[in-house]
Amino acid sequence: MRNAFAAAITELAQNNPDLILLAGDIGNRLFDPFKEQHPNRFYNCGVAEAGMTGIAAGLASTGLQPITYTITPFNTLRCLEQIRLDICYPNLPVIIVGTGSGLSYAGLGATHHSMEDIAALRLMPNMNVVAPADAVEVKLAIKSALEIRQPTYIRIGKKGEPRIHKAEPEFSIGKGILMREGTDVAVLGVGTMLGEAIALAETLGKHGVSAKTVSLHTIKPLDDELMSGLYRDFERIIVLEEHALTAGTGSAILEWGNLNEADTRKVMRFGGPDKFLTGIGNQMEARAALGLEAAQIAKTVLATMNQ
Amino acid sequence: METEKLAAQLRVDIIEMTHRAGTAHLASALSCADIVSVLFGSTLNLDPSTLNEVNRDRFILSKGHAAATLYAALVHKKILSRQQLETYGTRGSLLEEHPAPKLDGVEAATGSLGHGLPIGNGMALGSKIRNENFSVFVLMSDGECNEGSVWEAALFAASQKLHNLTAIVDYNKWQATGRSEEVLQLKPLADKWRSFGWQVEEIDGHNHREIEAALNSPSSDKPKILIAHTVKGKGVSFMEDDNNWHYRTPTASEVEIARKEIEA
Repeated sequence: MRNAFAAAITELAQNNPDLILLAGDIGNRLFDPFKEQHPNRFYNCGVAEAGMTGIAAGLASTGLQPITYTITPFNTLRCLEQIRLDICYPNLPVIIVGTGSGLSYAGLGATHHSMEDIAALRLMPNMNVVAPADAVEVKLAIKSALEIRQPTYIRIGKKGEPRIHKAEPEFSIGKGILMREGTDVAVLGVGTMLGEAIALAETLGKHGVSAKTVSLHTIKPLDDELMSGLYRDFERIIVLEEHALTAGTGSAILEWGNLNEADTRKVMRFGGPDKFLTGIGNQMEARAALGLEAAQIAKTVLATMNQ
Repeated sequence: METEKLAAQLRVDIIEMTHRAGTAHLASALSCADIVSVLFGSTLNLDPSTLNEVNRDRFILSKGHAAATLYAALVHKKILSRQQLETYGTRGSLLEEHPAPKLDGVEAATGSLGHGLPIGNGMALGSKIRNENFSVFVLMSDGECNEGSVWEAALFAASQKLHNLTAIVDYNKWQATGRSEEVLQLKPLADKWRSFGWQVEEIDGHNHREIEAALNSPSSDKPKILIAHTVKGKGVSFMEDDNNWHYRTPTASEVEIARKEIEA
């Protein structure tokens, strides 16, 4: 996904002279094509995320469209007050891109895990929170964010994630993408969990449970039309995310249901526990350890359906 | 209006505002009144007609707790009205105790310290990228130099040769609870900035000729910083260098004594 990000901004910068890339001393070779094509629009801000975020705000206030890029926890929690006051309060068009979100860097240890970023960023007024599912959505998310000119946080994975969309789907921030129709339950894949969501729907189908599947790439603003349809028409709303259960996407959906007097008992949330994760191996091993594999989730869901 | 007269006007304004609204940070606001007067009375290319122009000069009051000084200076520039100034600190007013970005003339939301210089970096860099030629001025407090983000910004400005950026430290030797030297051993402050690659000028922060000369001195390819030695509470004998006035608000009779001293 980070390669897709680098390719996308290199291309988008050709027709957008305002696009500026700020990096927190990562992406050594990744941005070589960008630097070659747009030599005065790449700035390595060093290992100084608070500074980088303030710089982005200052650039945006002069009419430019900066993107800050570094590893997710450092680009979100480390500089959260700069995001809050420098970007969100004056409502400036800065795009924050966190790479290695969720459990992407599971093996690097809890310092590099990012299970709290959705919670923290969706708490900030004026901020959009977007989690693209694959390389295709990464490009569309960046394009969309540049168009709407609002503070936008985009959490992406690392590299080598499977491409899910065969063609470019219609994409707009705040609108989920329908992956598969279904009638009994709804499965919502957030970001890189879309693959598990699709696998889950297939497994449920084999057990006679028809599962509508959606790429819920935008956590904030939540897709109102989608939510009201899901709460109205489905027995279960199953949310999969590589994020803590606390205050994540599933929680946002519960809040939506509560505000709109919907039956929140339908919501089944799958995410991480309220603890630091150690010794959980690589991303796939970590998913298994947390019960986030499609097969594990299928068992849990089917058990509740048979009650 | 010459800048000394403007400084006297600002001091009277901020003492009255603080009294009326019952707000804190009067001594911090007085401390930077001369610096702000030279900036708004002479240096800044800024007026109501250029307020939304990309090439206007930018002033960031990074020590946002001195908001009263900024508001009074914006009245001088006719960016705010005297009527608006009188709403300071009251419900429904945009003139809050720390500057809000919605208010005309406020370039950044400050009040949490250490935010102004990184934002100023971005503005100065933006000026260069866009081939504009506006300048950026960031006024900080000495206590603010406790913040790590100030030093992150100090590194970046020097490495990007932001010669259109000028920082000013209102070095009044106090912070909220004590001497800035005792809290986190700030000395030697000028040497610290010099070693970070900045062009440093040490001045008397109440001497208008020195302030103006330092602001106008030719800049190399380095960012510039004025280490402005000041007295907290400057201009009112019973407030000068007395840190109780970091939080105290003056009574009506104290306002009158202060006004007489300033206007004398």
